[in-house]
Order: sequence, then C-alpha cells, then structure tokens
Amino acid sequence: MNSPGLPYLSLITFLPLAGALVVLLLRQDRAIKVTALAASIGSLLLTLCVWSRYQASAGMMFVERYPWIAALKVDYHLGVDGLSVAMVLLTAVITPLALLAHWKLDRDVKLFFFLFLLLQTGMFGVFTALNFFHWFIYWELGLIPMFFLIRFWGAEERTYASFKFFLYTLAGSVAMLLAFAVLYLKTGTLDFLELRQLAAVKPLVEGAFAKWLFWGVFLGFAIKVPIWPFHTWLPDAHTQAPTGGSMVLAAILLKMGVYGFLRVVLPIFPEQVAAHLPVLLYLTLASIILGAFAALAQTDFKRLVAYSSVNHMGYAMLGIFAATAAGDFNDRAAALNGAMLQMFNHGISSAALFFLVGVIYERTHTRQLADYGGLRKIMPVYAGVLGISMFSSLGLPGLNGFVGEFMIFKGAFSLVTGWAVAATVGLVVTALFLLNMIEKVCFGPLNEKWKGLPDLTGRELVIGAVLMFFMFGIGVYPAPLIDAANVAVMELVKLF
Amino acid sequence: MRPDWTIYLTFLGAGLILLLPRDAKNLIRWVALATGLAGLTVGLTGYFHYNDSFRDLIARTGSGFWHVVNVPWIPAIGAHYHLALDGINFPLVILNGFVCVTGILFSWNIETRTKEFFAFFLTLIAGVYGVFMAMDLFLLFVFYELAIIPKYFIIAIWGSTRKEYGAMKLVLYSFVGSALVFIGMLAIFFAAGGHSFDLLELAKTPVGRQVQIWVFPLIFAGFAVLAGMWPFHTWAPTGHVAAPTAASMLLAGVVMKLGSYGCFRAAMLLMPAGLEYWKWTIAVLAVIGIIYGAAVALVQKDFKFIIGYSSVSHMGFVLLGLATLNVTGMSGAVLQMFSHGIVASLLFAVVGRMVYDRTHTRQLDELGGLAKVIPFAAVTFVIAGAASMGMPGFSGFVAEIQVLIGAFQMSPWLAVSAAVGIPVTVAYILNALNKVFLDRDDAGHHGDGQDAHPTLPPISLPEIVAGVVLMALLVIIGLYPSIMLDMIKANVELFLKGLP
Repeated sequence: MNSPGLPYLSLITFLPLAGALVVLLLRQDRAIKVTALAASIGSLLLTLCVWSRYQASAGMMFVERYPWIAALKVDYHLGVDGLSVAMVLLTAVITPLALLAHWKLDRDVKLFFFLFLLLQTGMFGVFTALNFFHWFIYWELGLIPMFFLIRFWGAEERTYASFKFFLYTLAGSVAMLLAFAVLYLKTGTLDFLELRQLAAVKPLVEGAFAKWLFWGVFLGFAIKVPIWPFHTWLPDAHTQAPTGGSMVLAAILLKMGVYGFLRVVLPIFPEQVAAHLPVLLYLTLASIILGAFAALAQTDFKRLVAYSSVNHMGYAMLGIFAATAAGDFNDRAAALNGAMLQMFNHGISSAALFFLVGVIYERTHTRQLADYGGLRKIMPVYAGVLGISMFSSLGLPGLNGFVGEFMIFKGAFSLVTGWAVAATVGLVVTALFLLNMIEKVCFGPLNEKWKGLPDLTGRELVIGAVLMFFMFGIGVYPAPLIDAANVAVMELVKLF
Repeated sequence: MRPDWTIYLTFLGAGLILLLPRDAKNLIRWVALATGLAGLTVGLTGYFHYNDSFRDLIARTGSGFWHVVNVPWIPAIGAHYHLALDGINFPLVILNGFVCVTGILFSWNIETRTKEFFAFFLTLIAGVYGVFMAMDLFLLFVFYELAIIPKYFIIAIWGSTRKEYGAMKLVLYSFVGSALVFIGMLAIFFAAGGHSFDLLELAKTPVGRQVQIWVFPLIFAGFAVLAGMWPFHTWAPTGHVAAPTAASMLLAGVVMKLGSYGCFRAAMLLMPAGLEYWKWTIAVLAVIGIIYGAAVALVQKDFKFIIGYSSVSHMGFVLLGLATLNVTGMSGAVLQMFSHGIVASLLFAVVGRMVYDRTHTRQLDELGGLAKVIPFAAVTFVIAGAASMGMPGFSGFVAEIQVLIGAFQMSPWLAVSAAVGIPVTVAYILNALNKVFLDRDDAGHHGDGQDAHPTLPPISLPEIVAGVVLMALLVIIGLYPSIMLDMIKANVELFLKGLP
C-alpha cells in the first residue's frame, strides 16, 4: 500500500510546521522572515519533485497509510491524484509569494510568520489527507491562523470580519461533521476512498434522510467556496485581511471548498447531486451573476476583487455541476477539466489581483477606486502587471483564464444549455467590472496626491513575474495541468 | 506501587502539611507539590501497566477490572473495602492526578493560611481518588462525603465574589444530592437482600424492575446535581465564580466528573431497567444543558461566569453520551470527562490565576488588550478555547464527535440539537477572546491596552509549567486518543454486554 521512498507528502505538509516552530525560537525579524521563506520554499521544491514524478495514469500516488486510531478505524492516510496534485502545487507556489509580499512587515513579525506557516501546513494537509478525521484537523487548522491574521493585521473592520469568517466557516463545518458522523455509523469508515468505493456500489444512505446528509456536507463546502447565498463572509474577510492573507484566502482557501465537492460530494453522493442538479445550478448561476453585478457596484478596489472571486468560483462550480448532467461523455469531461483548470487559474489571478491591491494600498492607504486614477503615468510597470492580471481574470485568449472558462462553457453549453446561456450574462458583466476597475485605477487624470509614488520594487516585481509566468505559461500550454487531472476527471465523470 | 497508594499518599501529604509550621510557606508548597507528583506518578505507572494488560485481563477473567484491594470492612452491613480499576475510572484517576499537580502550581501564590489551604486541597484530592476507585457503594459514599467538606472551606475562606453564598449554595446542593444518593443506596441495599454493598455483586443480580424505575432517578439525580445537569446546575456557575482558582479547577475539572462518574457507576451499572426507562429523559435534559449553558455563557459579562456556564454545556455532552447506551457514544462520554477536566482546569486557571489575580477584575468591559501584556495567558486561552469548541486535533473533538455519532444512533434530533451548541460555543469563546485579550489593543494599533494595565506582573514559572502540561495533554489525547480510547472502549463494551 505504501509507496517506497521518501514520505514526500508528509514532508511537504510538516516542513512549514517545523519552520513555524523554529520561527518561535528566533529573535531577529530578518532571521524569522528568512526561515519562514526557506521552509515554504523547501515545501515548494519537494512539491516540484512530486509534480515531476507524478503520473496521471497511476491513480493515487505517494500514498502513506498507517493505522492511527483503532477505536474509530482511522488511518493516517495521505496521497495525491489528479484532483489534488495541482492544488498542492498551487499552495506551494502561492504561499512563498504571500510571505514575500509581507517582507517589509515590522509589527509582530514572529507571530505573523508563525501563523502563516501553520496555515500552510493546514492547506497542504487538506489537499493530501484522505481520511475525514485526519483531513478535518487540517480543514479547521486553516481557520485559526487565518482568524488571527485578519484579527491582528487587518484593516478597520477586522474584529467583525474575523468573527464572521470564523463563525460562518465553523457553522458549515458542524453541519459537515454531523453528516460524516452519520456516514460513519452507516458504513463504519471515514476514509474518503473507501466511502467512494462503497457509494459506487449503492447509495450509502437511503430514504429521505440521505437528502439531509447531502445538504449538510454541501453546506460545509458551499460556505467555503463560497456559493451564493453563503458568500457574505467573503467580501468582509477579504477586504479586511492583510495582503498575504487575502492572497492565500482567495487563491487556496476557497479551493478547499471546491476540492471538497470533487473529493467528497460528487463521489459520495452521486445520486443526490443528480437529484438536486437544478437547485445546484440555480445557486451557481446566482453566484456568477450576482457576484459579477455586486463587483460592478463596488467603489472599494479590494471589495471588487473579492466579489470577483464569488463570480469566478461560480464558473468552476458550473463546470462541476454541468459535468454531472446527462449528456455526452466528452462534453462532461471537458466541463470538469475546465473547472479543474479554473481552480488553478483563479488561484493565480486572484493572488495577483489581491497582491496588486495590497501594493497600491501600502502606498496610498486608500482602497477607494475614486481616489486613484492615472497611475499608469507614474507606475507603468504596476499598470502593466495589473493589466495582464486583469486580462487573465477576464479570460482573454492567450492567458490562463481563457482555457479554463472556454472548456467549462464548451461542456456546459451542450449539457445544461439554458443555464450556460444565462451564465454568459455573467461573462459580460465580468468583463465590464474588470475593465471599469482598470480604467479607474490606471487611466484618466492622475490624482495630484500620488505624484511621487514609486513603481514596483524589485521584490514586488518578482512576485508579479512568478504569477505572470503562470498566466502566460498556462495560457499558451495548458497541457501539463490538464493531463495531470484528466484521468481522475474521467473516473469522476464515469460515476454519473 | 499499587494504584490505591494514590489515596494514602495524598492523605499522608495532607497530614504532613498539618504538622509543618504555618510560616514555612515554601516548604508547605513543596510538600504539597511532591505529594501531588507522587500520586500522579503512582497513578500513571498503574495506568500504563493496566493499558498493557487490559486485553489479557478481559480475555482471562471476562471482566476488565483490576481488583486492587478487596477486604471485608464492616461485616455487619456487608461493606467491603474494595478498590478496583478499569478503563472507565482509570482515565479519571489520571485526570485527578494532573489537576492536582497543576492546581497546586496555580495556587503557588496563595499567602493567606497557606497551610490550611493545601491541607484541605489534598484531602479533597484524596477523597476524589477514593470515589473514582471505590467499587463498594458504601465506601464510595464515604469518600464522596469526604470530598465535599474541604470544598466548602476552600471556597468560604479563600474565595472571592459572594463566597459565603457560593460556598453555601454548593454545599447545600451537594448535600441534597448526597441525601438522594443515600436514600437510593439504602433502597438498593435492602431490595437486594441486605447482604452486600459491593457494586459488582449488586450489579450481578439487579433488583426488580419497579424498584429500579423508582430508585434510578434518586441516585442518578443525586449525582447529576454534581455533574451540573440542567436543571440542577445552578450551583455550578455561582460556585465556580466564588471559588479560588485551584478550587474552581477542581470543581470543574474533577468534582463535576465525580457526578457523572457516579451516575454511571452507581445508577447505570446497578439499574439497567431503570436506565432503559429513563434514558430519554436524561438525553433530553443533557441536550437542553448543552444549548442552555452555551447560550447563557454568550451573554455573560463576567469572564468567570462564561467559563462556569461553559462547563454546564460541556457536561451536557458527557450525560448525553452516557444516555446513548452504545459503544461510541459512551466511550465519547468517558473521554469527554477527561478532556473537559483538562479544558476546564486550563480555562479557570486563565481566568482566575492569570487574569483575575493580576487585574482584580473579571468584567469583560474592564478588561481588554491583555494579549500584549500577558501573552502566555492569551495563548493558553486560545488553545483551551479551541479545545473547548471542539477543534479537531484536540481531545475535545475526539470526544464530542463520538458523542454525536452515538447520539445519532439514538435519535438524529438529539445529535442535531446538540450540535447547535457548537457554533454557540465558538461565539462565546471568540467573544471572550476579543473582549479580554484583543480589543483595545489590536497588536499595537492603538495601544491603550498597555495603558489600562501598565504594570501587570509577568506570568510566573509555576503557571507556565502547569499550563504547558495541560495543553500538551489536550494535544496528545487529541492526536493520539488510542492511549485512552482503547481501554475505555473495551470496558464500555463489557458494560453494554452486561445489559439485558
């Protein structure tokens, strides 16, 4: 069962934790930052090893499995497959960038970097753990550091935002926990893969009760994604969080919700997803359209980007749910592949946008779009990076966003035609609010106040460059990501 | 050394302290600590010995009991001096040992009548050890009463807010509880023929069903008073608030467990038919307690009252788990007794010792920004709070998820209603965290936290040691519950097998 060789996934997961503990012992701010970054980059290097050795056709790879809690039949069970390997990569790439974005931090440096590394362990764990008990530890582990990141380093409304973030996510978790308690009762296992195998034979729970279980698990993940109407924590949390917090929140934490749908909801409740497809599509459509319109109405730069996440995650969910509809196998695989790609792409573009919001906020201490204007003249590099990130988010061909959204809509149009057509309204509004955003920030007359603003520093440019590398790279050659996911995607689609 | 030496050593320690001169305060503290450590060591050695052998024991004897000592005591009434351990009371003995040691460390700063304080403290601990180990109803009752008396004095002498009222209320409730237990105990004794008080003997031949249905609520409620079961809980918040830190740690940490343990060992073991008859009532009251305790904690203005009501809420999980009568739920309940013992001790240590002893106020409105001033207290509160809200990775999670699973087996509504308590718990913990440690400070934004409490003494070494020990326990049991759960589960299975 266990793969020979190094326990890569455990190393990747626990290296940041080890770094966090070392950070606690250090006194100098600079040493703390270097250690934290080194731990995070160490995880990245290991992740690259995993990525290079990963074979899509091999199914679950790098498996580690040891008995853990006999009384509950819980194993320490790790592994990556096509559903998770890209997410591990995304986590490994974004976290060091987020740390780098806070290189100039001078307030409670130790605590900040400690919490951030803890958060990274939680995120890696969510994408690699395959037993609910084990996985849930990481799922909640992400919550506490993020709470404090927002609470300590957030903007004006941080108390309210952090409280709301925590309570919403936890309420969802409780619903999910109850549902898993029942699954355990019915099946005697908490292992995701075993549950999937059992569910493939016959529905795990029968009768009216199954519906409640499904909605319980749904709620836990839907709050995290977030799907309308469970999204209201997100604009507050994103807007108030410090830059790195927003980057990670948008790029990775939201993906934990979507990943949950792929790993848990679809494989374990296929018949329930099929039965409730119209409702699910309706909620998804609402996320897309209302998210887009809400973004359009924002006057706060960061809040706008936050609502754009609701909108973009809606596309991913559209791809996922469309893939469960009746129809051509290739269309369904395309929609789901598109959704997988969209997860990665949104991770890149939202991290870039939140980073750029942070850059300008650091310089101007305002987030109001109306306060900016004409920044292109004094910060041409900034404007260029923002423009590319904006186009990536908008889905311009040649950049990463396009491929994912194209595949989602290609699949969805023939599978759930009405819903897909309606969702195109969202596409138009997405373009509108993004163009509106860049116009307000970069074009028009320059606000005199900002005359002396410096352009991107070398450090900031590095962060931008890494993200742009992915935007262009995936835009031109998305094959590695699609290939990595494709086998797992087809396995999943076959369940429906 | 046999585990019953925990009792004798602790009594010896109490006696020794009485012989010491009252001015030798440091000596007294060290003697108390040495006694506590000795008891804990004896307990732990026995624990790991038992942990290695309980499967053999069960396979060989068909019962999981390690009969430590069993000699006739008062032959006229058939009372035996019978102490025995199994997977259910052993974790609680260990809990008592840890709470004793850390309680002494958290009381290191007691200057008024130090000698009497530690003497009472150790007497109470010894009594609790006795209750947990006693396998004879009469003996159990004697130890139980022995634990109540020192409790009164500790609160009445060293307590704070309305201490006489709190102490009196607590003792009255306890006595009413013990009176109920006493009546029930006699009823059982005579109904069973009047030969023996031995719990295992009595359990072998349960009394008639009608008798059980009448007697069960007496004994159960008598102990449930101490467990803080709604609606008999009202002594708990006032008692906790009035008590000095170490005493509230003991009250919430072990005395409430005495109650729930008594419910299990005396009421449930002896009267299976009564249990069957009353289990729904217990479960519903437990769920009410979970939600009520949490909701009331949410609106408290006094930091200690929050923790006091949270204990009521968490003990609800114990009672709910016991009432489920299935392996998962009951194992969860026993683990929750241990887990909540640690969590409550930590929380009361933060409130009473770390915060109140320094600021002399517990009003949420007057506190704030303490995270900057006493960061260790904030960290402790965050970890204990996370464990209290059932965060996975801490012992509370393993316990509560099992109680929920068990409750679900009994009725989905019970589980869903009990789960409602969890978000409310999160809300009151975060509320307290914000008001006490974070607000008015915010990591240096405004900084008036420092101004409000400019010269708080730093957290002392005994506090750090004790805090770290308890936090480590939460994580160890949270990540590796098997060291406790395996034996609990094996013995719960035996108990359930014995039910008709």
